[in-house]
Amino acid sequence: MADGTKIVVDHASKLFLEGTVVAFRNVELNVRSNEVLCIVGPSGCGKTTLLRCIGGLLAPSSGQVLIDGHIVHSPRPGVAIVFQHFGLLPWKTVVDNVGFGLKVAGVPRQQLAERVEHYIRLVGLAGFENQYPYQLSGGMQQRVGLARALATHPEILLMDEPFASVDAQTREVLQEELLRLHERERKTMVFITHSIDEALVLGDRVAVMATRPGRVKEVLTVNFARPRDPAAVRAEPRYTEMRNHIWEELRPSVVV
Amino acid sequence: MSKVGNRSVIGPSLMLDSELAAEQRVARERARAVQRRWTTAQIAIRIMSLVVVLGAWEYVGRQINPVLFTYPTAVADAAVKMIASGELWKYLSQSLIVLFAGLSLAAVFGIALGLVMARFWAIDIALDTYITALYSIPSVALVPVLVLWFGFETTAKTAVVFLFTFFPIVINTYQGVKNVDQHLIEVGRAFRCNERNLWMHIVLPAAVPFIVAGLRLAIGRGLIGMVLADLYTAITGIGYLIARYASIYRTDAMFVPVVTLGVLGITLTGLLRFVERRVAPWMHQPEQE
Repeated sequence: MADGTKIVVDHASKLFLEGTVVAFRNVELNVRSNEVLCIVGPSGCGKTTLLRCIGGLLAPSSGQVLIDGHIVHSPRPGVAIVFQHFGLLPWKTVVDNVGFGLKVAGVPRQQLAERVEHYIRLVGLAGFENQYPYQLSGGMQQRVGLARALATHPEILLMDEPFASVDAQTREVLQEELLRLHERERKTMVFITHSIDEALVLGDRVAVMATRPGRVKEVLTVNFARPRDPAAVRAEPRYTEMRNHIWEELRPSVVV
Repeated sequence: MSKVGNRSVIGPSLMLDSELAAEQRVARERARAVQRRWTTAQIAIRIMSLVVVLGAWEYVGRQINPVLFTYPTAVADAAVKMIASGELWKYLSQSLIVLFAGLSLAAVFGIALGLVMARFWAIDIALDTYITALYSIPSVALVPVLVLWFGFETTAKTAVVFLFTFFPIVINTYQGVKNVDQHLIEVGRAFRCNERNLWMHIVLPAAVPFIVAGLRLAIGRGLIGMVLADLYTAITGIGYLIARYASIYRTDAMFVPVVTLGVLGITLTGLLRFVERRVAPWMHQPEQE
């Protein structure tokens, strides 16, 4: 597309349970090529549902999602998803989990093996190739999830709160690694999070969602320089300013 | 960050740390020692239990008229004779053929039908009433019908074992497919699996534990069916041994096939567990520290 828009969410709504539950309403959102768009919002704002609509796992009730100008009806090629709950197959070793997307896509064995090895090394799991998921820590499991997504060479990476189920320290390490990965292989990324900090550290832009009904309240541009150092970002006055601003936006939506 | 031993903070670079490697080795050895001690304890308890139970049986059995009851050493004595003469194996092998034929047929058709019902909703709706009904009817009630249809010989006996074992396999297989984690199905869809890939990589492996549980149930029921078939159709096999020695009041010899059935049950279940470990290692997650 002329303006480099990769994903268009066009007046999309999603209702559940015969329309009694509104996940989100009338969302308009553009994602540009090779940018990282973080979607931040409290529980219940429909951010995960929105991501699943973009991924083609759910159809919006009205409106549409377009990727490269094509309406999304089902998961599109060139899109990979990293799940909050990892979604690793318990009966496959690390190698087979990372190679899963390639295998079902019919990638020849030799090429598959090379790519799997490359991405296992990239996410720092060399030496764990033949372990089963239950033998790995949460952080390592999500590295497998990330390697599995990257191995398919996606143009678009959809990440559904990928670091929400790992502990705080691991989370920071994974954030740093994701930033490094993004420097190496630029991709269009939509990253769902409920952490304002995570959104600011990783994103080029941050979409703030609110609840009742789920909607995009505001889209902010985060222009911290890349390559990024999270610690340096957090030390910037602008970081604090934006963090406070987003928090003021979110506060009314947070149900305790 | 340099704190070692906590799995969750291990960064990849730390894994190369020789100090950590040493600690891991110690931890691994300690875990193995705990495992060894645990195994030893289990074996010791089993042996003690065996000694106590057999001792009590021996004591009580010797007080009672040998026509009515018997005791372990008498059974062992009879067993040695029956094994040496080839009598036990001769009759046991007849029954085993029936058991394996019936179980194998039930496994093949049971797993197939379970998968088909789980996959095609119309077949599910069309058949599930019958499956539930037939599973609810005590299988013994149908033995006379099977005799009418198949006669008294091996075919009829195999049919009886099949009847006893088929339904738990169908129902477990069906449940296994229906219980597949929906998150994993979604993962499959996200990676654009076609139907074949979805079944090969996700649905079937996820159903394996349920299918194995169905087979385990089937082994127990199959043993019942096997003896029943021996007693209710032409009296052959291990059922014949039991019936004959009971009729001549040789209680000690009668107990030999009975004990053999118990041993057979334990062996087959153990065998299944062994196979399961080989084909589905992820099901046996060792305890985490």
